[in-house]
Amino acid sequence: MKKMLRSVFWNIVALSTLTVMALFPFGAQAETIKIGAILAVTGPASFLGGPESRTLQMLVEEYNAAGGINGNKIELIIKDSGANPAKAISFAKQLIEEEKVFAILGPSTSGETMKIKKIMEQGKTILLSCAAAEVIVNPVAKYVFKTPQKDSHAVQKIYTTMNDLGIKKIAVLVGNTGFGKAGKGQLLKAAPEYGIDVVISEVYDKKSTDLSAVVAKLMAKKGIQAVVNWSIVPAQGILAKNMRQAGWDVPLFQSHGFGNIKYVQAGGAAAEGIIFPAGRLLVSDVLPDSNPQKSLLMKYKQDYENKFNEPASTFGGHAYDAFMILARAIEKAGTDREAVRDAIENMNGMVGTGGIFNFSPTDHNGLDIDAFAMLTVKDGKFVLYNK
Amino acid sequence: MTTALFAQYLFAGITYGILYAIVAIGFNIIYNTTGIINFAQGEFVMLGGMIAITFNALFPLPVAIILAVMTTMLIGAAIEMIFIRWLDSPSVLRMIIITIGISILIRELALHIWGESVRALPYFQGNEISSVRILGTNISPQVLWVIGTCSVIVVCLSIFFKFTSLGREMRACSANRVAATLCGIDTKNMITFSFMLSAGIGALAGCVMSPITYTQYDGGTGMAIKGFTVAILGGLGNSMAAVAAGLLLGIIEAFSISVVPLAFQDAISISILLIILFIRPHGIFGRSDIARLKEF
Amino acid sequence: MSTKNIFHLAALAALVILVQMGTAWTETGYYLTQLTMIAYYSLLIIGLCMLMGYAGQISLGHAGFFGIGGYISAALTSHNFAPYQSNPFVNFLISNGLLVGRTDLYGETLLSFHPWPACIIAISFTFITAFIIGIPVLKLKGHYLAMATLGFGIIIYRVVLATEAFGEADGLSEVPGFELLPGLVVSGDFDARIENYYIAWGFVLLGIVLLLNLTNSRVGRALRAIHGSEEAAQAMGVNTARYKLYIFVLSAVFAALAGVFLTHYNGGVGPSETGIMKSVRYVAIVSIGGMANIWGPLIMGVILNFMSLRGLLGSYDDVVFGVILILVMLFAPHGILRLNVWSRLRLFFFPTPAKSSPLKENQ
Repeated sequence: MKKMLRSVFWNIVALSTLTVMALFPFGAQAETIKIGAILAVTGPASFLGGPESRTLQMLVEEYNAAGGINGNKIELIIKDSGANPAKAISFAKQLIEEEKVFAILGPSTSGETMKIKKIMEQGKTILLSCAAAEVIVNPVAKYVFKTPQKDSHAVQKIYTTMNDLGIKKIAVLVGNTGFGKAGKGQLLKAAPEYGIDVVISEVYDKKSTDLSAVVAKLMAKKGIQAVVNWSIVPAQGILAKNMRQAGWDVPLFQSHGFGNIKYVQAGGAAAEGIIFPAGRLLVSDVLPDSNPQKSLLMKYKQDYENKFNEPASTFGGHAYDAFMILARAIEKAGTDREAVRDAIENMNGMVGTGGIFNFSPTDHNGLDIDAFAMLTVKDGKFVLYNK
Repeated sequence: MTTALFAQYLFAGITYGILYAIVAIGFNIIYNTTGIINFAQGEFVMLGGMIAITFNALFPLPVAIILAVMTTMLIGAAIEMIFIRWLDSPSVLRMIIITIGISILIRELALHIWGESVRALPYFQGNEISSVRILGTNISPQVLWVIGTCSVIVVCLSIFFKFTSLGREMRACSANRVAATLCGIDTKNMITFSFMLSAGIGALAGCVMSPITYTQYDGGTGMAIKGFTVAILGGLGNSMAAVAAGLLLGIIEAFSISVVPLAFQDAISISILLIILFIRPHGIFGRSDIARLKEF
Repeated sequence: MSTKNIFHLAALAALVILVQMGTAWTETGYYLTQLTMIAYYSLLIIGLCMLMGYAGQISLGHAGFFGIGGYISAALTSHNFAPYQSNPFVNFLISNGLLVGRTDLYGETLLSFHPWPACIIAISFTFITAFIIGIPVLKLKGHYLAMATLGFGIIIYRVVLATEAFGEADGLSEVPGFELLPGLVVSGDFDARIENYYIAWGFVLLGIVLLLNLTNSRVGRALRAIHGSEEAAQAMGVNTARYKLYIFVLSAVFAALAGVFLTHYNGGVGPSETGIMKSVRYVAIVSIGGMANIWGPLIMGVILNFMSLRGLLGSYDDVVFGVILILVMLFAPHGILRLNVWSRLRLFFFPTPAKSSPLKENQ
């Protein structure tokens, strides 16, 4: 009897729920999830913000066409900060208080991210940053995560390769962006561990149009066996050209900021043989089928390239990961912000474009050193680097 | 410092310097006929490169460059006709703001037309790694193209201003606009022509430098600031002095790298400029009596 | 001060209060965040307006002074001096209460400057810099003056971008709030918004009162004489160089104060705040507002910065800014407030001939 009563009760509940849902098709069950994004779509970091914002728009369209996350439609609000921290601060406050967004994706640069870190903590809103610097997640702030791989891992990859090649004395060149600054710090810090001597380090302007004079300065230092260039700007290709034109053929290592085929195209023949660590997006077509990332990478690459008629870059991939991590967490934990935050923090084995994310309360980046593969440029294409 | 190293710094400096000089000459041409500093000058350089890259997909390189230079000249003329021609003796500050507005507008339109990615024209000779050996050092043949083209521009301009009637009429405008009008020179057309000329020069420079420096939608601002610096350093209105000042600044920049960190390069070169301005308030080669004639 | 100015000031104060009450009533208090940031930019703009409109000098380097103020204050208040405690000089600072301990976001204890001494150091440094730079720079004229001030701005930008203590490309973040008086803190905390709004606009009002008083004093008359004709003023015995320098330093200090407060309000400062485009933007705002009085630039500054900081125009922000610059300068060269439309409208409704504008095109 008790059993029957219970089933009648559940039947009534189910029926009435259905009725309510039929009467109020846009009721509580299908709320709209507002997601904010602060990206440098214009301005000096537009080569980051551009692909990032396009990727997000594509994903949101895709998700909404398929009915949203758990049936909740997504509303994406992209704010163009132009890489200006004051604007990023203003937008962060606006998105948190006014739009009451569920989470914020971006900003594109580390400087902006650091400025809004505290605001996110105070506003108790999740931030999934697309900027690289490790200070974003170290020390860990409760609501702040980031998707690009760790600089220190990239440095370890590079130095390991150098050890294999027997390189001891290197020159370090970085661009004056947040990315370059963070990279320089890691490169100088880790060098002694690997027995590598940084003979000289120089910082060039992010808008540099010619680096032949600094190449001359480096060449004048005797015994440099390799050059590491850590930047994210077009000057990466210019450096390669200037080195080769000056007839200097030491190996050139770049950072994961080189992950844009356009820099290879612009560098032309000079880009051949550049060695750099990067996520596997760039070499997705040559990955073995057994690689867990392969199908996802191929899909993102094809979708992006078909839609926007330009090659996919790892920068867009960072935004892709940020969105997918959030979407996965919402699928799992519903639309309660604290629950979603916990879900991200405990997420394991999340396959993304940047690698496989395993978050923990002490690691808000979630990627390990295997997120990187060493790549090189051959015949104008990215290929896996084999010694 | 070895000869080879010295030569390498020198060529780097000359390459920077001559490009600055070309932009500065563009400033001077317009300044001479109108008294205006056209802050959109750097955008002409960017447009020249961008348009040539676009045309290069359809036409062979020389044709693309010629078309790009002509298109940019038309844009220059259009800018003058739309924004400047009908103003009645505008104040200098007003013109600074208008041309800054035009430069922002062109830059942002370029962003929305061509996107944010970097582009480049192919090397005129050889490719990204080919080089020629001069004075014990290797330099790209494109550097020689840049130096050569810019020298030709400078020589042609001198001949044009000295020996053609159009050039003389433009110089008359610059000396005294009212008197020139009284002599029957159509000063309005001269101003349009000066915009076309300086747009064309800027575009040509933008094409030859594109393989070396790449072309990006916001590349014009930096060139404009450097060009303005050089124009001021040489003394406004004096194109030959601009060439000398450009080379001086370029070579200072290149050699300053050998002693100070690269990050402070701009701070050093600008400090030197300021010191020169404080000692000679009308530029190295400018004459104070001329400088006094043209001011706010 | 003239009754007209007092009326304007009272109107501004009333407007400030009305806006706050309006936002409280409509529960749109978040607008105050941007309005507070705008107030600090306005402080810079009215200072620059004095320099351009009254002393007739252009400065394309004012973002540099803003940067000096913001960066010095940020660096002194956010760097941890605890590792240098054994240094006698640091010890001296601690015993005088100039260095204070505080806890940061992650519970670590930092030892850094109290904002008051940091602010005073920043402003003094700006004062000295402006003074030293001003003497030779203000001897220059026209485009040469524009270049020199632009150059100064570039140097500051480059130095900030290349110096490790200033955070290089990342700038400085986690700058603490500025406790002006016990209980009155300049900070961007969500619950301190209303008081910060009033603090910021209070500063603007104070600044305006100071500047208006100045324009009606002996200094102001001398400045106007300089703007009219420097030679004539000189012939009448006005020490033009001294007055120009005076106003240059004053406007630099206004810019630096704006930098200090906005940095504490935002909790950080980045190199783009000192960039050339920022300086250009300020000059443009002053020009299109009309340099002849401070109300025009104030209004234009509020409108344009509001649009920009709220991201109303998305990636077309700069495009629209450029178009506004061109249009205003083409059709209303003396600023938006002197647009012919106004006088025509006035003539239409009040057919008595309005007083003709004292400023003629042949400036």
